[in-house]
Amino acid sequence: MSLAVRVIPCLDVDAGRVVKGVNFAGLRDAGDPVELARRYDAQGADEITFLDVSASAAGRDTTLEVVRATAEQVFVPLTVGGGVRGVDDVERLLRAGADKVGVNSAAVARPEVIAEIADRFGRQVLVLSVDARRCPPGTSTDSGWEVTTHGGRRGTGIDAVEWAARGAGLGAGEVLLNSMDADGTKDGFDVAMLRAVRAVVDVPLVASGGAGELAHFAPAVAAGADAVLAASVFHFGQLGVGDVKAALAAAGHPVRVADR
Amino acid sequence: MDHGSGNVRSAVRALERVGADVELTADPQAGLDADGLVVPGVGAFAAVVEGVRRVRGDVVVGRRLAGGRPVLGICVGLQVMFESSTEPGAGDRDGLGQWPGTVERLPVERVPHMGWNTVEAPADSVLFAGLADERFYFVHSYGVLADGVDGPAPVAALGTERLAPPTVTWAEHEGCRFVAAVENGALSATQFHPEKSGDAGAALLEHWVRRLA
Repeated sequence: MSLAVRVIPCLDVDAGRVVKGVNFAGLRDAGDPVELARRYDAQGADEITFLDVSASAAGRDTTLEVVRATAEQVFVPLTVGGGVRGVDDVERLLRAGADKVGVNSAAVARPEVIAEIADRFGRQVLVLSVDARRCPPGTSTDSGWEVTTHGGRRGTGIDAVEWAARGAGLGAGEVLLNSMDADGTKDGFDVAMLRAVRAVVDVPLVASGGAGELAHFAPAVAAGADAVLAASVFHFGQLGVGDVKAALAAAGHPVRVADR
Repeated sequence: MDHGSGNVRSAVRALERVGADVELTADPQAGLDADGLVVPGVGAFAAVVEGVRRVRGDVVVGRRLAGGRPVLGICVGLQVMFESSTEPGAGDRDGLGQWPGTVERLPVERVPHMGWNTVEAPADSVLFAGLADERFYFVHSYGVLADGVDGPAPVAALGTERLAPPTVTWAEHEGCRFVAAVENGALSATQFHPEKSGDAGAALLEHWVRRLA
C-alpha cells in the first residue's frame, strides 16, 4: 500500500480561456478550461491545476468563474496558481472551489506570506511554486540553480534548492518545482534538480517542465517526485493521462486506475 | 453543517451528484431535522472545533447520535469526533469526544500525507461495499494512529454499550497505519475526502445517502 503517483494536467488560463495555442481535435470548444478539465477528469487525472496568467483584475475574476464552474463538475482536487499575493486571494480562490493554491513571486518577494497563508488555512492548501533554472554563466548559488520570477525571465540569485527547503519549513504543504530550462523543450524533466530538492524537502514534490514523451515520466518519479505535471503534451492530444499512468505502472510505480 | 470551514461547496455538489437534497446551513434546528448531517472540516483542529461549537454543532451532533440519527464527518470532521489532538494550538480545545482517543501527527517522513491511497476495509463495511480496490484522496498531517505512543490503539476502544461496535477501515503511509474511516452506529467518518475522490468517492457517498431515512 502506498500513494499513487499523481498525474496532473496543467491549464494556463487567461481571462477565462486556455492559452498556449492549443489545438484539441474533437472538442466543441477548444479553449474552454472547464471542458478540458472535464476531459482530463474522464481520462483519470488525479488533480487539475489552473495557472492564472491573466494580467488584469477582470481576467482574474473570470478565472474565479472558471474555478467555480469546474468545481461544480469535476470531483478531483483543483489547484490554482498565478497572481496570488496574500490571504485574501487565497480565500477568494478557496471559496470559488479551489482545494489548493499556489504561490510563487509573492513568496519570493515576501516569504512571510507562506506562514500567513498556512496559519490561516492549513499548510495542506499551500503549494509553493518554484520556477528555477541553472545559474547563467557568471552567476552562482550553492546548488547551482536559482529561483526566477516573471515566467523565468528574471533571475533572483536565490538558491532554488535552499528556497524550496525554506518554503516547506515556513509552512508550504507541497512544492511544485518547475524547470525553466526544461520548460517547453520536451526533452524530459530536470531530474538532477528534482533529486537535489527531494534531498532537502519532506513535503510532497511535484515535477514540472520538460515532459515530451511517455519515457520522461518514470525518471522524474525515480528522482523523488510524488506527482508529475504536464501541459502541452496533454493539450495537443499527444499523450493521454491514461498513457502516462500505464508508462508509470510499467516502470513499477503505483498509479490510480480510473476505468471510464 | 456550515461552520465556516474551507471548501464545503465540493461536498454539497458531490452529495447532490448522488441524488441527495442538500442544504448548507449553520442553523441548529435544520441540523437536527435533516435525515443526515455532514460535518466537513479542513485546516486546523482547533479552528474546526471552534467553528463547530460556534454554530452549536457539538450539541446538534450529540443529540442526533443519542437518537440514532446519521452523522458523517469528513477529514478534520472525523478528527473532531475524537477527544483531543496533539496539533499545535489544539491543546486547550477539546474535540467533541464522541470517540475516545487522541489525534496525533503521523510519525512519518513525508507529510502531509497527500494523494490517492488504498484502504483496508472490513468485509462488513457498508460504505466501502464494492470499493475495496479503489483509491481515495487524502490530504492531512494528523490522524488516529493504530499504534498510539501512549497506550493501546484508541479505536479498539470505540465500541461502547450505547453504540454498535465500530467498523474501522485503515490506511497506511510509509508503514504507519491510521484510521481511514469509521462506521459506528449512526456516526460515520472518513479521514479522506470522498467529495474529491472521483467516482469511488461518489459511490461511497451514495452508500451513505441511501441509508438515510
